[in-house]
Amino acid sequence: MSFTDWITDARNVVFLVIALVMVGAAVVVVATRNVVHAALTLVVALAGSAALFVMLGAEFVAWTVVLVYIGAVVVLFLFGIMITRAPIGRDSVRLDHVRRWPAALIAASVFGVMAWSTTAAFGGEEISDGVLKAENIGDLLFSRYVIPFEAVSFVLLAALVGGIVLARKDPDR
Amino acid sequence: MTLAIALFDNFWVLLTVKLLAVVLVLIGFSLVIIYAELKIMAHMQARIGPWFAGGRYGWAQPLADALKFLQKEDLVPLEADSPVFRIAPAVSLMSTVAVFVIVPFSPTLIAEDLDLGVFYALAVGSIGTLGVLMAGWSSANKYSLMGGLRAAAQLIAYELPMVLAAAAVVVQAGTMSMAGIVDAQGPDALFTIPGTDIGLPFVMVGQIVAFVIFMIAALAELSRIPFDMPIAESELVFGYLTEYSGIRFTMFFLAEYAGMFAMSAIATTLFLGGWYFPGLNPSVFGPAVMMAKVSLLVFVMIWVRVTWPRLREDQLQSAAWRYLIPLALGNILVTAVLKVVL
Repeated sequence: MSFTDWITDARNVVFLVIALVMVGAAVVVVATRNVVHAALTLVVALAGSAALFVMLGAEFVAWTVVLVYIGAVVVLFLFGIMITRAPIGRDSVRLDHVRRWPAALIAASVFGVMAWSTTAAFGGEEISDGVLKAENIGDLLFSRYVIPFEAVSFVLLAALVGGIVLARKDPDR
Repeated sequence: MTLAIALFDNFWVLLTVKLLAVVLVLIGFSLVIIYAELKIMAHMQARIGPWFAGGRYGWAQPLADALKFLQKEDLVPLEADSPVFRIAPAVSLMSTVAVFVIVPFSPTLIAEDLDLGVFYALAVGSIGTLGVLMAGWSSANKYSLMGGLRAAAQLIAYELPMVLAAAAVVVQAGTMSMAGIVDAQGPDALFTIPGTDIGLPFVMVGQIVAFVIFMIAALAELSRIPFDMPIAESELVFGYLTEYSGIRFTMFFLAEYAGMFAMSAIATTLFLGGWYFPGLNPSVFGPAVMMAKVSLLVFVMIWVRVTWPRLREDQLQSAAWRYLIPLALGNILVTAVLKVVL
């Protein structure tokens, strides 16, 4: 397939735009000197991943990313940053770390393993009978995957209680 | 090859047409709602402008307002974080515009009937919080920051009861598609007036609690009186909007009024039967019925604004966490049990 054929398909144009924006935003997240800018560009990267899920037909996952990650997690990040310190311009605290090269190496390796395992598992195969509708996801969650589902909710509850215990101060005796 | 080009054209043309329609509908209705608010407030509080501006009926008042905002200088404070400050109003407005995509005006007049309509509306609606936080932080002003933090705390607190109230309707209707929810109250209704085949809206068959919770949460999400602590002028100047002027202030302003319309449209679809009215053909009268119901809810929102005093910050938080959320959870429980039993 030549590049002209590839680029005339609207889906490929959309994918290219989204992917480039995501990569750019992800680089800014780690390179910026301002912690609020890092959180805001993370939103762009997450929105890009939601858009890719929409393109793949996985609507439920896409809107969950928007609702949970953008609407709640990043908002809580920002809330935490702003309530403690709200740097404008360059942050006085260095957002860097001495072990940045080992970290970069591990990030690159994780990317390599993920990319290799997905291409090795699926290759150019087209998956036509995916679980797309919310109804089907719900059916599967509460029949075949009910044990993992319950286990995850239990772990989440434990994490919630643990968070409260760690955060609260015991009254002086 | 030719087929690929045809598809290409089709996709972009369709996308542009749909986007344009959504944006035009949004701006048109916002202007009408602004005018309605001015008129209703003028009648309820004896304000003079909206009675006489432009001669008859005060019709020129919203246009005069718009012109006033447009010709004001668009100031950016020297200390502000310029790019974030400039983008914040757009983020706020975009999250409201995106909700309009799934508002059904008739069985066919809907930009896109998503399988997950309700979920989508709540998800993109939550992005607005981000715009408010961005505005509050980037202004480099303590009042703005406090306003932004208050707004974020309020929006997070009231998103939960809103989602839970909507979830009860989704359980009762058995679908998340906006068109499907209207169908469940109209043409193939789950509940009808005994002896006839006239469908009943969900608000009349047990979802009155969810409806009240939804409308309270909607007012809080829009930061309108009595939930306008983030922009309380006696405490915070104008909260996260303090440093905004000109066109960027207008965008926040528009986002509030478009938000009123969007929230009312979602509430109408979920609880009041959307475009359905017994005896009226929905493909002809659908949009008019829908608009009448939406206007009713918008009127209630303006009415509340004119007559209620502002709540206190701690009252607002305890109302959400201690009363509305448990109530909404109980409502889901009752709905689910009745759904199985009946």
